Amino acid sequence: MIIRYSGLKEIKGSLIAVGGVGGVFFDEVVDIYLDGGAVRHGRVIQIEGDYAIIQVFEGVKFISLENTEICFKGHPMQMALSREILGRVFSGSGKPIDGLGEIRSEVDEFLDKNSRYVSRDVNGLPINPISRIYPKDYICTGISSIDALITLIRGQKLPIFSGAGMRHNDLAIQIAKQARVSNSGENNFAIVFAAMGVKNDVASYFREEFEYSGALGRVVMFLNLSSDPVTERILTPRFALTAAEYLAFDLDYHVLVIMTDMTSYAEAVREFSSSKGEIPGRKGFPGYLYSDLASLYERAGMLKGKKGSVTQIPILTMPGDDITHPIPDLTGYITEGQIVLSRLLEGKGFYPSVSILPSLSRLMKDGIGKGFTHQDHPVLADQLFASYSRVLDTRALSSVVGEDDLSSIDKIYLKFGSVFERYFINQGFHENRSMKETLDLGWRILSLLPRNELSRIKPEILSKHYIEDKNLISFVDDPQEMI
Amino acid sequence: MAEGLIYGINGPVVTIKGMVSFAMSDMVYIGKEDLVGEVISVGAEKTVIQVFEDTAGLAVGDLVKSIGRPMSVTLGPGLIGNIFDGIERPLRRIEGASGAFIPRGCNIDALDKEKLWDVEIKAEVGERLRSGSVYAVCRESIVINHRVMVPNGIEGTVSEIVKNGKYRCDDVVLKLKTDGGEAGLTLSQIWNIRAPRPVKKRLPMNVPLITGQRVIDSFFPVAKGGAAILPGGFGTGKTMTQHQLAKWCDADVIVYVGCGERGNEMTQVLEEFSNLVDPKTGSPMTERTIFIANTSNMPVAAREASIYTGVTLAEYYRDMGYDVAMMADSTSRWAEALREISGRLEEMPAEEGFPAYLPSRLSEFYERAGRFEVLCGESGSVTIIGAVSPQGSDFSEPVTQNTKRFTRCFWALDKNLAYSRHYPAINWISSYSEYFNELDGWYSKNVSADFAGYRKKMMFFLHEEERLMEIVRLVGEDVLPDDQKLLIETAKLIRVGFLQQNSFHEEDTFVSLAKQELMMKAIIYLNKKARNLISASIPISKVIETGIFSDLARMKYEIPNSRLDMFNDYFYKIDGEIEKLIA
Repeated sequence: MIIRYSGLKEIKGSLIAVGGVGGVFFDEVVDIYLDGGAVRHGRVIQIEGDYAIIQVFEGVKFISLENTEICFKGHPMQMALSREILGRVFSGSGKPIDGLGEIRSEVDEFLDKNSRYVSRDVNGLPINPISRIYPKDYICTGISSIDALITLIRGQKLPIFSGAGMRHNDLAIQIAKQARVSNSGENNFAIVFAAMGVKNDVASYFREEFEYSGALGRVVMFLNLSSDPVTERILTPRFALTAAEYLAFDLDYHVLVIMTDMTSYAEAVREFSSSKGEIPGRKGFPGYLYSDLASLYERAGMLKGKKGSVTQIPILTMPGDDITHPIPDLTGYITEGQIVLSRLLEGKGFYPSVSILPSLSRLMKDGIGKGFTHQDHPVLADQLFASYSRVLDTRALSSVVGEDDLSSIDKIYLKFGSVFERYFINQGFHENRSMKETLDLGWRILSLLPRNELSRIKPEILSKHYIEDKNLISFVDDPQEMI
Repeated sequence: MAEGLIYGINGPVVTIKGMVSFAMSDMVYIGKEDLVGEVISVGAEKTVIQVFEDTAGLAVGDLVKSIGRPMSVTLGPGLIGNIFDGIERPLRRIEGASGAFIPRGCNIDALDKEKLWDVEIKAEVGERLRSGSVYAVCRESIVINHRVMVPNGIEGTVSEIVKNGKYRCDDVVLKLKTDGGEAGLTLSQIWNIRAPRPVKKRLPMNVPLITGQRVIDSFFPVAKGGAAILPGGFGTGKTMTQHQLAKWCDADVIVYVGCGERGNEMTQVLEEFSNLVDPKTGSPMTERTIFIANTSNMPVAAREASIYTGVTLAEYYRDMGYDVAMMADSTSRWAEALREISGRLEEMPAEEGFPAYLPSRLSEFYERAGRFEVLCGESGSVTIIGAVSPQGSDFSEPVTQNTKRFTRCFWALDKNLAYSRHYPAINWISSYSEYFNELDGWYSKNVSADFAGYRKKMMFFLHEEERLMEIVRLVGEDVLPDDQKLLIETAKLIRVGFLQQNSFHEEDTFVSLAKQELMMKAIIYLNKKARNLISASIPISKVIETGIFSDLARMKYEIPNSRLDMFNDYFYKIDGEIEKLIA
């Protein structure tokens, strides 16, 4: 028997409170019927005796204490799943919005009658660390800076730390279009795209690009645009990841999840927390933001005995380009590295403007080198990092003493740095470089430096790759000429 | 058994209205699924429980049952090599029971109750046994001999023993006649995770924990029984350093606690440790390691408990007379769990929302480290190495600051060092170890009488370099006089050739103290010889041109740990090059 409770006790922020209820459980889904037939949805977030507090996803506009009826659904937030979700577009709270009708959940013949339909709790369950496979297969993105220095691994969560006005969307699209898993002809590749609080044109840009590359049939989109209800944003990545887990672990797809913009998501969590009257932590974000973000990011990986994988590329715009802001800070503590974009490189007109030094891929060390990419990859990457780091020190010095007063070796470093940025980091939006091309380019640029400066490379490897004849490695490096 | 009914639910916190006869810290089972929880506040109006599992699905009126004892863990053979969650549930058997995802209410015994252990009884009928006395041993892993001890609070005369042979961990192997009657002792016992296990007395901390990591052993050593912290922003290599320490330090037993960290990292540790062979024993590292994994997406209250579970297991092996090292990665997640629960209880927050009792909790925890004479008469130690993840890499935040007060060894990880791929990124200026004076005696007796002197000299070079670099940054290096240029060159050699250590390099991942000492000796020798040249007005650039500095920078790779005689070649080489320049 389904009981409808009429009338509310309180409305505040995105929360409503109902009294006199019984048998309600924590995290239960609620339908809210308004006068005039509109239905909204919510979830129980706190219970105190017969008093339940409900978060309304579509917002509390037009709700009054009298005009509503509440119906508790008896289950947590769920999503119906089947192969048909591929190519579909959903709202931020998992409702189809492409006019193609509801998703019929797949009948699972192996399960007993009561649980035959695949319908999953969107909050997911934690993966047992024992059941994980440590990710080691690299994904070739065709982007030199990422492939060589911040190698993306299948099953990794690698966010892009960007700022307003930078080309993070292009980078995400280019990765999604070009990403090929190393040495395998597998074709079971899918993309789950979750938009949280992004502008309408950004969402349609993603859609057009997917369509243009012919991938739309393999994309599942969840759109919560900036005009959509804020509370719904909290659910969006959960629906997206539930879909991703289903595609990966039930249907053996290799899923790339792009989530943008995590900053809007975290702000939605903050708004919800403050309306609940919780004690704020740093910059007003609740103390549990770390756990909350972790409950999303940790839903990436590979499982023993399953063929598929979930790889996450969350995008976040750092407020004020500040990497110590709580959102990038907590994200960095959870994710397996980060790709940081630099406004300086962006200003020079370089794309992708990947800032090498603060960027990192934690899983890279076990997924590159002999048997994975190329034997010389690890040392090359190590030396490029070290040498480029010296470039930045030298630039700092030259800004004080002037370029003329630098020692000759410092001048060589400056030249190396500018060639490295222009030819290695910088590349075209449609340019897809193979791993071999990327590494060869790296060696050519590194050979601009005198041999004895490359102290991190063993002499025998160096003699194999170092180019002595400087005529072979001439790069045009006159910025004014280039324009 | 006391019972109550749920009145309110707010995230991981559940309240019961009215009086119930629960005691503080009691372990409870909640609802139909028997979720595990702990009583954290008791009152006439309401009793509050923190739940170690996701509370979705709990309803008002669900039953809460107390088991009548505090939150405890089971101690006995079968812990080594195993992996548990924050409240000692075995993750391997959870996988066996429910697959890749961890469901709620999964109550599986920590120890395998069916497994037979080869037990040798060490007590005789008529013998008087006290708490902590060893009455049986069994081989728990290739390297660990498990000593079964009389549980705390029991004392009596042995009235009955079984024959040596195979027994399960719950089989009674010995009966004691006590004042109150008779007690049957098995191979396992139960202990409250919040209470330190009793010991006889504290011993001085004058033995270092050898880690094979140069910057730690030579510059900032930690004593066996000491406590060290490892603060650093993300990407500075906290976890990598913890892994290195867990792999190479010379403790008998390692307890590795992944507290609120990444799932893939735990998988990696497990994988690596099963493949890695311990050089001392020739068996896989897992044979001496216990893992506790509460990854960041597992319930937050269990994260709070995981640190205590870890230290309790460490103390149990200490009581057998082992040196135990516990790695906690990261204690900040534990502090945040405290903050989250505190917030749900609507307690008045102190700094940055952390509860006012954060410092006292931290000090209680770190005081469980120490070197002791344990109840069975042997000596054992627990060394705690806690990683701290400061928000925004800012070391002035409360967790770093308060932890600093209760630990005596501070390994500050530096973002800039990590950016330039200087690993381990332990900053030599801001790190410190207060143990050095206590350990001096050990070093001069076991390594070399010059060890402390070398360390002081090298620290001097590094500190001077820091000062000189400020000048160099303003006017360039060219203007410095030659002796200062030499100092900078020497400091660079120390940084690149000594402090940087490559954990992926076969010879460099672990370095013996003897080699560390010789490396320091060689660097200081070169510096001294070069100084003579400069006083003879030979320009420093000549010395650098010989390439001797770069040669020395490679000695960490070129000289294997087993071929320390090769250092002689380097000393000859220094002499040779210098003589050539004088001539």
